[in-house]
Amino acid sequence: MFSMLRSIWYVFLHAFQKRVTIQYPEEKPYLAPRYRGRIVLSRDPDGGERCVACNLCAAVCPVGCIALQATEDENGRRYPDFFRINFSRCIFCGLCEEACPTYAIQLTPDFEMGEFHRQNLVYEKHDLLIDGPGKYPGYNFWRVAGVQIGGKNKGEAAHESPPVDVRSLLP
Amino acid sequence: MTSPCPLLAILGIVIGALTIAASLIYVERRLLALWQDRYGPNRTGPFGLLQVVADSIKIFMKEDWVPPFVDKPVFILAPAVIFVTVLMSFAVLPVAPGIIVADLNIGVLFFLAMSSLGVYSVVLAGWSSDNKYALLGGMRAAAQMLSYEVFMGLSLMGVVILAGSFSLPAIVEAQRHMWFVIPQFPGFVLFLIAGFAETRRIPFDLSEAESELVAGYHSEYSGMKFGMFFVGEYMGVTLISGMISVLFFGGWLGPVLPGLVWFLIKTFVFISLFILVRAALPRPRFDQLMSWGWKVMLPLALANVLLAGAAVLLRS
Repeated sequence: MFSMLRSIWYVFLHAFQKRVTIQYPEEKPYLAPRYRGRIVLSRDPDGGERCVACNLCAAVCPVGCIALQATEDENGRRYPDFFRINFSRCIFCGLCEEACPTYAIQLTPDFEMGEFHRQNLVYEKHDLLIDGPGKYPGYNFWRVAGVQIGGKNKGEAAHESPPVDVRSLLP
Repeated sequence: MTSPCPLLAILGIVIGALTIAASLIYVERRLLALWQDRYGPNRTGPFGLLQVVADSIKIFMKEDWVPPFVDKPVFILAPAVIFVTVLMSFAVLPVAPGIIVADLNIGVLFFLAMSSLGVYSVVLAGWSSDNKYALLGGMRAAAQMLSYEVFMGLSLMGVVILAGSFSLPAIVEAQRHMWFVIPQFPGFVLFLIAGFAETRRIPFDLSEAESELVAGYHSEYSGMKFGMFFVGEYMGVTLISGMISVLFFGGWLGPVLPGLVWFLIKTFVFISLFILVRAALPRPRFDQLMSWGWKVMLPLALANVLLAGAAVLLRS
């Protein structure tokens, strides 16, 4: 009986406590930097596209909302011909970001992407591409990868020494 | 002491009761939210006040569907019964000096009779729905309300003994020097608990028990028939709160402010108490409820009547 009265009193005291509700449209909630919201494609510090169209994100996507087509430019750099994310399917699980070997695909703290027409939720590459490097400022995949592309020969990447000429090792 | 203009009093009380009952939907949601550190409906109109209008428009527009397997006449009659009985009880509720629909000299008994008749609504609704959950809810309501009816009446006898009248305006007038809550505190507590059971509010809402019985006796109801049960419940809360303020807290008596305002303030305090208890307390098990009612509350009510009678005898 006493515990009942006590709980009634404690509940009454809640009348003088701060309300936890965030009045959303007027007052925005705090979103952590690693919040899993709208997906973007980032660029490396030199301004080139980071995406190498490896298809890992499309393969790992549990709902299959990512579609892309790989192609190559004149320098031999792979990049996506088109890159399409259907956000009406996307569940914002972040697996694509984990799978991405080049930090190209990233989830951002933004969820306000409501549309009146479902078709508008299909984002094309020009909707997804951002101008900056996103969460990884200094990273450039082609600068650390040992792949030879136009303008960068074998051994010219960071932390790399020129390839050993095996013939010169002969006695 | 009948009111000078009876038709006006009837209209005023009916419209007032219905308005208060409807706006209680909003008040309850806001107060529950307050005690749960939320805001509740605050978007429709200033402070969300138009939520009442939005809710009523919605419930009037809803399809009023009668399932094919129900006992049709009873099914349709049941929600009307609760509405009518509660409104009838309002007839004996003295709102302010002279503002009362019918000043019966057995006002307390009439109120008890009408609230007992309210059980029929729930039982008939549960029975006619032809649904096991509804039937279980109706059975529970019948058992619960019958057993709580007994000591509800007994808890009021102390007040009647002190006032020497069954008429509610006379009971209010008898409290001019001291509210009956002081000499009759046990009676007040008993009546409060019985009132919760009578209105089937949360610690005693075993007849609807969402977590066990879908929605209990009104599982099969929709549209305005469900709305009638809902508004009937809120009117019951208003009625019991008004009765508490009349019987134990001196009704319209109070300094400075006019009587009607005092009555409304006191009633609103008890309505808030109803909502606070809903926010705070869980629902007991059914057998706990019954044994509590018969083994604890009934003897206490009887003892209270005995003591009140003895006190009055000794004084005279």
